[in-house]
Amino acid sequence: MELILDGIIEAVRLLLSGDSEVLAVTWLSLKVSGLATLLSLLIGVSSGTVLALATFPGKRLVAALVNTGMGLPPVVVGLFVTIFLWRNGPFGHFELLYTPAAMVIAQGVIATPIVTGISMAAIQSLPANLRLQILGLGASRPQMVWLLIKEARLPLLAAVMAGFGGVISEVGASIMVGGNIKGQTRVLTTATVMETGKGNFDTAIALSIILLSLTFLINLLLTIIQQKRRPR
Amino acid sequence: MTVPLLEARNLSLQRGGVDVLKSVSLTVRENDVLALIGSNGAGKTSLLLALARLLPVGKGDLLVNGEAVRGGRAELGYRRRVAMVLQEPLLLDATVTVNVATGLSLRGTPRKEQQERVDEALERFGITGLSRRSARSLSSGEARRVSLARAFAMRPEIIFMDEPFTALDLPLREALLLQLTQLLHSEGITAVIATHDCREVLQLCNRLAVMNKGRLIGSGTPDEVLMNPPDDFSAAFARYAHSFNCTTRG
Repeated sequence: MELILDGIIEAVRLLLSGDSEVLAVTWLSLKVSGLATLLSLLIGVSSGTVLALATFPGKRLVAALVNTGMGLPPVVVGLFVTIFLWRNGPFGHFELLYTPAAMVIAQGVIATPIVTGISMAAIQSLPANLRLQILGLGASRPQMVWLLIKEARLPLLAAVMAGFGGVISEVGASIMVGGNIKGQTRVLTTATVMETGKGNFDTAIALSIILLSLTFLINLLLTIIQQKRRPR
Repeated sequence: MTVPLLEARNLSLQRGGVDVLKSVSLTVRENDVLALIGSNGAGKTSLLLALARLLPVGKGDLLVNGEAVRGGRAELGYRRRVAMVLQEPLLLDATVTVNVATGLSLRGTPRKEQQERVDEALERFGITGLSRRSARSLSSGEARRVSLARAFAMRPEIIFMDEPFTALDLPLREALLLQLTQLLHSEGITAVIATHDCREVLQLCNRLAVMNKGRLIGSGTPDEVLMNPPDDFSAAFARYAHSFNCTTRG
């Protein structure tokens, strides 16, 4: 108990003292996970919408693969992204391994199936005839798709929350492709793992509290937007 | 002889591997209010959707003022000249005003004109007081009025309606039927309405078409069709109509 209390005190101290290393780690965590979520939204919402609306052979298999991908183990993603970005790997010449860009890619791979799966379910949960009704109002196909996405905006915000929550909290892929290099690729989760390994529990708890607070604040913001738009 | 406003030639359509329309030919002239009747599964809704070009037709042609409507821009252009009211109101998660303006904004109508037309449509259906309400908070009767206002705000050349008064209580049904009758007749709007309701046919329509198992088996004025009903459904419909002893538009 005393350990946790010490951790909370240390967290407050670190935050109030404006510790430059902690601020840099927090900022990088936000930047990497924010960009990865944005990337996953661009790919996930569009591919989820296509999966929901299109009819093609093997659609159920693809949907099953996406749903499986929603539970992708970060270390598996980390392993494959590392292989692809390794010096002799297919994308080795980009020299991205152990950079924040590699972390964005790995986290994007983790978040994309989550966003795709939730987007697909969100569009599919709309009334079946809504598409016909929108076309019956004179919509072109792109206008129809846009109106359907707008109509599913509440569950799509849940997709953003799930995607961001999934990547800000993951550690396996980030440590494998980022390497936890001080001042370059160290984020809150990898720093927490390192401090725990060194037995610095108070600092590890402090970093965990910062991570939790950050996740809470972002989800609070998204929840306020979501509930504000909820039909009365 | 004048060219019909809308003409379907041998329309055939499959849905889920089932032939729901089998070589249906039909003409709709300007100012016609045509009722499609038939038992459940007869193909009324499918024919409406095919006529509104909301479902891809397998075979056959759809002609508007004598010109075939085939895919791409022509199809979008046609869909913007007509309006569809489905069985459920299917309103968007937005205010009543935004819902009524949707068709206009999809067509790129200037904002000022949109507002004028929306106000006019809301007033016509007696729902001006609902304009700022969320569509999700409406009763089924209010939602139905909004869906009709949304369609009429677009000032379509032809309006397609699928059981427009289904699941409404009797007083509301009567009130809406009266409103719609006045509107269609005063504005001279061409309409095709799928219905099970004898009162709707007798009060609204000047032409009647009977569907049975995906085929059009009879058409004409209500009097012509109901004097010689082509199947059991229309015979029952005729008996019910006679019990009303109503005067038809035909």
